[in-house]
Amino acid sequence: MCLGVPLKIIKIIDQNNAVAELGYGNTLNINISLTPEAKEGDYVMVHAGFSISILNTQDAIDLLQVIQELKNDNMKFHQTN
Amino acid sequence: MSLVKTINLNSMFNYDSQSLKLFTKEIVNKIKELVGDKEYVIMEFCGTHTHEISRYALRSILPKNLELRSGPGCPVCVTSEEDIDYIINLVLENDLGVITFGDIINVPGSVASLSYLRAMGKDVKVVYNPMESIKIAESNPNKNYVLVGIGFETTVPMLAHTLINIKQKRLKNLFYLSLHKLTPPATMVLLDSNEVKLDGIIGPGHVSTIIGSKAWEDIAYKYRIPFVIMGFEPQDMLFGIYVLLEKIINKEYGVWNTYLRSVRYEGNKKALELIFKVFRISSANWRGLGVIPNSGLELNNEFKEYDAKLRFPLTKEIKVKKTACRCGDVLRGVIKPYECPLFAKACKPSSPKGPCMVSSEGSCAAYYLYEMN
Repeated sequence: MCLGVPLKIIKIIDQNNAVAELGYGNTLNINISLTPEAKEGDYVMVHAGFSISILNTQDAIDLLQVIQELKNDNMKFHQTN
Repeated sequence: MSLVKTINLNSMFNYDSQSLKLFTKEIVNKIKELVGDKEYVIMEFCGTHTHEISRYALRSILPKNLELRSGPGCPVCVTSEEDIDYIINLVLENDLGVITFGDIINVPGSVASLSYLRAMGKDVKVVYNPMESIKIAESNPNKNYVLVGIGFETTVPMLAHTLINIKQKRLKNLFYLSLHKLTPPATMVLLDSNEVKLDGIIGPGHVSTIIGSKAWEDIAYKYRIPFVIMGFEPQDMLFGIYVLLEKIINKEYGVWNTYLRSVRYEGNKKALELIFKVFRISSANWRGLGVIPNSGLELNNEFKEYDAKLRFPLTKEIKVKKTACRCGDVLRGVIKPYECPLFAKACKPSSPKGPCMVSSEGSCAAYYLYEMN
């Protein structure tokens, strides 16, 4: 079951628990014991009530840049580092 | 192993629909260019990918000569008939409650399904978070419960966490049935069987979040097949398919991670440690694939006291009734769901004959819901 939801942590309660934002003012208590480095403001992938990863966009490339590269047949976005 | 830069596609970044449309148009054009008039077969292992591919109608915008075949990546679907019958018999023979999550309760065994037993007044509960099972057991200390643990590597850490809590609380009335399975061994069995000629494989995104993209390297190199790990947004999937096609055409093999947002090379170390605090590797019985050594998880010695199979051994042998359900063949990618004689006739989501139609990640359910035209 790969179903996961990206959620933003709005409050860390303790090392195991946090509050995540669901939208429209709703929140969800999630277990963050699998992502101990998660901080307030981080987005995490949540599966079965637990965060399994901190969503990292450091290596991400802007979608608009990708579109340009595709159009110009000059694709660098999928090159290895 | 090569890393691939990932596109910043997380829904939180609020790309306008115009940009998303443009991206889709450009990448689909590139895919069409790459595919040309040759035929390619790629397999998406993960049931959630199967479901999302169908839900976003990707097959209708991708070239027809690029075939996306579903694999066995649906934990409910690959639960064997024997295991379903064991759980049913467990409930019938003992006065206990069964706690599980998801669609397993609708899967028919030889005699009945768990949801049928629930309708007959048996104690069958479905939870979203396995930790809820502790509250259930604590509020009924005179009743025994069995928590049925289904799931691949993505879900196992949550169950391990639950079991550690069960042990800490010294609960005496909550037992565990481990039906957990590991995805790389099943992938190898599939590739060994050579039943379907695959040009490339789409690797599971959240399983890989736990086990790491490195877990697929040996397979990619042994079978000389390109493996792309993919996310679940439609743009993630189109991007992943594009990269996979490129590798297939360039005759490259290896593992490429297009879901860098969530998947790291080493996976989630904390989750992996947690798994092996509670479980150890065992063989497992996969519907459609048979018994595969080292492809399952059982409770280790520290947690054996919670093993439901030891505490509630069956008093009679289970004889599995043969049915016309061809879920096993669908899981191996040998037939498409609509090639099963029962599909959309005797077998529909309202009256499923097998788990592939029951589970929200089953191929038959995905095809029935989204691909019927």
